[in-house]
Amino acid sequence: MTQKHIVEARGIHKHFGALHVLKGVDLKVDERELVFVIGPSGSGKSTLLRCLNRLEEPSSGSVVVDGIDMLSPKTDINHARQRIGMVFQSFNLYPHMTALGNVTLALRKVAGKSRAEADALARAALDRVGLADRADHTPGQLSGGQQQRVAIARSIALEPRVMLFDEPTSALDPELVGSVLEVMRGLRESGMTMIVVSHEMGFARNAADRVVFMDDGLIVEQGPPASIFENPAHERTRAFIGQIQRH
Amino acid sequence: MNRWDKFTETFFNAKVMEKYLPDILSGMVVTIELALLIVVTGLAAGLALALLRALAIRPLNWLIIFIVDLFRSLPPLVVIVLIYFGLPYAGPAPSGFVSTWLSLAFVLMAFSEEIFWAGITSIPKGQWEASRSTGLSFSQTLFNVVLPQAFRLTIPPLTNRTIAITKGTALGTVVAVTEILGQASSAMSNSYNPSPLMMGAAAYIVLFFPVVVAARWIESKFAWKR
Ligand SMILES: Nc1ncnc2c1ncn2[C@@H]1O[C@H](COP(=O)(O)OP(=O)(O)OP(=O)(O)O)[C@@H](O)[C@H]1O
Ligand SMILES: [Mg+2]
Repeated sequence: MTQKHIVEARGIHKHFGALHVLKGVDLKVDERELVFVIGPSGSGKSTLLRCLNRLEEPSSGSVVVDGIDMLSPKTDINHARQRIGMVFQSFNLYPHMTALGNVTLALRKVAGKSRAEADALARAALDRVGLADRADHTPGQLSGGQQQRVAIARSIALEPRVMLFDEPTSALDPELVGSVLEVMRGLRESGMTMIVVSHEMGFARNAADRVVFMDDGLIVEQGPPASIFENPAHERTRAFIGQIQRH
Repeated sequence: MNRWDKFTETFFNAKVMEKYLPDILSGMVVTIELALLIVVTGLAAGLALALLRALAIRPLNWLIIFIVDLFRSLPPLVVIVLIYFGLPYAGPAPSGFVSTWLSLAFVLMAFSEEIFWAGITSIPKGQWEASRSTGLSFSQTLFNVVLPQAFRLTIPPLTNRTIAITKGTALGTVVAVTEILGQASSAMSNSYNPSPLMMGAAAYIVLFFPVVVAARWIESKFAWKR
């Protein structure tokens, strides 16, 4: 049987103590698809992403990524995580290492590359995000936009099958947002499967294949960007979209 | 004899000083040995406890916290006396040297564990998550991402605490360790002259002044610079 979906999450529930944050989320993502996730603050968008690479342990449900059962105790989670890149709002670069060091760490420690191989792959990844000339800079010497692009390079150097983005541009000054979105657009054109939580509606309109609207721990509706933005079926979606467009 | 001559003869008596210089020097050797042993074992044990604590095993952490708080609240001299005079009732009779070493190593372990632990916990959660999301294991993340950053934060307080505790080697004189103070005070009672004490003080300055200056330098070098 051929692999239909590269990400297949079924019936994901997540409780934080008494707080029921995900209430049975199903999400299937095709290869090369870009899924854009929107929803009010606290609706569980980040938690959903974090359940997909098991940074957060789902309370119940199943997650299969690239044919690997992410929740099985038999799965080598550290090995599996190489296939799932994640980019965070706050970049989370290692401040004590250069840009090159940030990218090579997992290549050497997880992918088992020699230092020379890792350096070559890392330089290629930095080149893809337009920062080949910043390899020897530390995060403190880079702008926010450059830091986020190094963070993207750190993920793509491992050749993941899926990339998760959790509000990758929310911490950036407006003039730096474009450079990061451009890198993301390039990734998409190269055929990367991407799940993006973001408020960049312009990017969603012209780059997303599908927009998913979440509210209160559930997917309320989903569809092509045009239909979700122009013609939402649900009142809650309409209210949310009206709200962000007023900004 | 004028008052100045009397002063120098009392506190800086050349004959006495010459006679007891070898004793003071051998005291310095003992102090250095003791200090190095305390620093190496105390810091290693403190780091080991902090790493164990990072595993987040509840009962183990309660035990670590209890031990650490115990040694942070007992005066070092009390620990020395307990080990030297108390332990023989229970089993082996440690020498004064070993008692002082163990006691101060325990105290340094306790304080340094807290400092290492504070360093580890001050590293933002995002650092762990970024590292784990690229497939590094818990311990790979701890050793490659978290500890190098934590060490930077811990070096200034650790240096100060280490110096303070290492100077406590002078307490060993109570349990007959022949370190600097012990040598100086027995030389004083043998010569009926306090000059050896002045030499002892000078010996401590020779040993610790460079360390204190180095600590000041380290502190400025490792001040926040991200
Ligand atoms: N580790 C945690 N412990 C307890 N509660 C948590 C934890 N992480 C998230 N939550 C709670 O879960 C809910 C959903 O959080 P989540 O971060 O997934 O929302 P979000 O949709 O990403 O919101 P935002 O747009 O503000 O980022 C929130 O109420 C949040 O307070
Ligand atoms: Mg979020």
